[in-house]
Amino acid sequence: MAILVIAEHDNAQLKAATRNAVTAAAKIGGDIHVLVAGAGCAAVADQAAKLAGVAQVKLADAAHYGDQTAENLAALIVDVAKAGGYSHVLAPATANGKNALPRVAALLDVAQISDIVGVEGADTFVRPIYAGNALATVKSADAVKVITVRTTAFDAAADGGAASVAPVAAAADFGKSKLVGREITKSERPELTAAKVIVSGGRGVGNGDNYKALLEPLADKLGAALGASRAAVDAGFVPNDYQVGQTGKIVAPELYIAVGISGAIQHLAGMKDSKVIVAINKDPEAPIFQVADYGLVADLFEAVPQLTAAL
Amino acid sequence: MKILVPVKRVVDYNVKVRVKSDGTGVDIANVKMSMNPFDEIAVEEAVRLKEAGIATEVVAVSAGAAACQETLRAALAIGADRAILIETSAEEAETLQPLAVAKLLKALADKEQPQLVICGKQAIDDDANQVGQMLAALANWPQATFASKVVVAGDKATVTREVDGGLETLEVSLPAVISTDLRLNEPRYATLPNIMKAKKKPLDTVKPADLGVDVAPRLTTVKVAEPAKRQAGVMVADVAQLVEKLKNEAKVI
Ligand SMILES: Cc1cc2nc3c(=O)[nH]c(=O)nc-3n(C[C@H](O)[C@H](O)[C@H](O)COP(=O)(O)OP(=O)(O)OC[C@H]3O[C@@H](n4cnc5c(N)ncnc54)[C@H](O)[C@@H]3O)c2cc1C
Ligand SMILES: Nc1ncnc2c1ncn2[C@@H]1O[C@H](COP(=O)(O)O)[C@@H](O)[C@H]1O
Repeated sequence: MAILVIAEHDNAQLKAATRNAVTAAAKIGGDIHVLVAGAGCAAVADQAAKLAGVAQVKLADAAHYGDQTAENLAALIVDVAKAGGYSHVLAPATANGKNALPRVAALLDVAQISDIVGVEGADTFVRPIYAGNALATVKSADAVKVITVRTTAFDAAADGGAASVAPVAAAADFGKSKLVGREITKSERPELTAAKVIVSGGRGVGNGDNYKALLEPLADKLGAALGASRAAVDAGFVPNDYQVGQTGKIVAPELYIAVGISGAIQHLAGMKDSKVIVAINKDPEAPIFQVADYGLVADLFEAVPQLTAAL
Repeated sequence: MKILVPVKRVVDYNVKVRVKSDGTGVDIANVKMSMNPFDEIAVEEAVRLKEAGIATEVVAVSAGAAACQETLRAALAIGADRAILIETSAEEAETLQPLAVAKLLKALADKEQPQLVICGKQAIDDDANQVGQMLAALANWPQATFASKVVVAGDKATVTREVDGGLETLEVSLPAVISTDLRLNEPRYATLPNIMKAKKKPLDTVKPADLGVDVAPRLTTVKVAEPAKRQAGVMVADVAQLVEKLKNEAKVI
C-alpha cells in the first residue's frame, strides 16, 4: 500500500500543513510519497524529502502549476495517482486542498472524505459534521481513498528523513482558468493555523481602528497571530483570512484569547480544540464562557489594555 | 445566459443538533430546516446577475426528498425563475453524498446547458465542501470556489476568491462553476408578495433514474458520536488574576 500526500507550499517554502497530512498518512500505514507540484519549486521538494517517514518525493515542476489552480493540479494528481497505484491520496484541508481534491475524487469516481480528525483503519475515518457538534466515523468502499486532513488533529511530522526526489511529467495545461491577481495579507506575525497563541476579536471590538489599537499590542506582547469572528470580518475590521470557525480557519493553539466574541457554534467549531481558552466579554451569559478555561466578565476597552500592560 | 443554482435543504444554522443515543446519526426530527446559507448567497448572486441584465434565467435545483420543494420555493421567492426537484426516496436522501449530487447536477447541466452554475461552498450539515468542485471536474469546466466577488462579462467570469493568505482573483471561461463564500453578498429577505408569486412559478420533478445516475452511497456511516466536552473553566475576578492563572496554573505565558 502506498499513500500520496499532496504538498502545500508557495513554490519556495513547504507549508507546515503538509507535515500534519504526513502524520495522518503514517497513521494509515504504508509507503508515503509526497507530490510537490509547482513552478520553480525544487527547494520545496528538498524540504519534503527531509520529512521523517517520507519514502519518496515526486516533483512536477512546470509553469502551469505555479498558481496551484485546481484544474491543473487535479489533472496531475489523477495521473500520478493512477500511475503509482496509490490506495490513498491525502491533502491538508487548506484552501488549496479543499479546492483541488474534490476534483481528483470526481475524476477517479470515488468519494472524498473531508477534514478527517481520526484514522480508525485503512478505510475508516473520523470526521466532524454539523460544525463539529457530531463526529462521524465513515467507512469507504472505494478503491482509492481521497482525503483532506484537518491539520489541528494531527501532529506535525518532524524532519529526519532522506527521501529521493523523482521528477514526474507535467499534464497538459487546462487553459480555461487564469490567475489575474493576488492580494495577500502581509504580516510579520505567525500564521494563524500554526500559531501557538492567537488573539481573536469579534463584533464587540467595534471597528477596525479599535481592533488595531487594542489587539495588535496584545498580540505583539504574546508573539501571537491575530484572528477574528465572522462578524468582525463581515464588518471589515480585518481581512477575510482572519476568520476562525466552521467555514473559516480551524485553529488549536496553546492559548486562544477571544475578545468581544459571543461564541456562536460556528465560531466555536473553529477554536474549541485550543488547549487554553480565555474569553473577555462584558456579557456574563455569552456562550463563549461555556468553553473558556478562564472567563473574564469585563469591558474589553478596559481589560485588554490592562492585560497588555501586565504582560 | 442561464444560471443553475443548486440549493440544499439543511438543518437551520441556529439549531444545535443532538446525536441520537443509538449513535446512528443526529436527530433531525422536528428540527427547523432551512436553505443552506451559502446557497441563499448563491441564489441572491444569480438573481442580481439577472437584474443586471447579464443572466436571462435562474433555475434552482435541489436533490433530496419531497420536502426540498420548500427550499426550492424559498429560492423562487428570492427571485429564481423556475425550479427542479431531483426527487429521491427518504432513505436515499439520507445517504445522498456529494459525488452523487455532483453526478445528478452534471446530468441536469447536460440537459439545461447553463453557462454558469453558482453553488454554496459548503453544506453546513455534512461540511463536505465538495459538490461544486466535483461538478466542475465531471463537466470538464473551470471552477472558482469561495467567491467574494463575481464579475461576468462576455464569455468570462472574473472571480475574487477567499483563500488562506487573503484574496486571489481568477479569470475563468464559461461555462464554469462558482462556489460562494460569506462575503459575496447579503441575501435579501423574501417579501410576502414574492413568496406568493413563488407559489405560482414552475417546479418540475425528475428522478435520479431519469437522469441515469446511480445515487448509491460510497461511504457508510459506522457511527456518530458526540465530541468530547470541554471541562468547565473558571471565572476570574480581574486582569491581575487572569495573568496569574495563565502564568502559574495554565503555564501558557
Ligand atoms: C453559514 C454560516 C457560517 C458561519 N461561519 C462562521 C465562522 O466560520 N466563524 C465565525 O466566527 N462565525 C461564523 N458564522 C457567524 C456566527 O453565527 C456568528 O454570527 C458570529 O460568530 C458572531 O460574531 P461575534 O461573536 O463577533 O459577534 P456577536 O455575536 O455580536 O458578539 C459580540 C460580543 O461582544 C460582546 N461585547 C460587546 N461590547 C463589548 C465590550 N465593550 N466589552 C466586552 N465585550 C463586548 C457582546 O457581549 C457579545 O457577546 C457563520 C454563520 C453562518 C450562517
Ligand atoms: N442535495 C443537494 N441538492 C442541491 N444542491 C446541493 C445538494 N448537496 C449539496 N449541494 C450544493 O453543493 C454545495 C456544497 O455542498 P457540500 O459539497 O455537500 O458541502 C451546497 O452549498 C449546494 O449548493
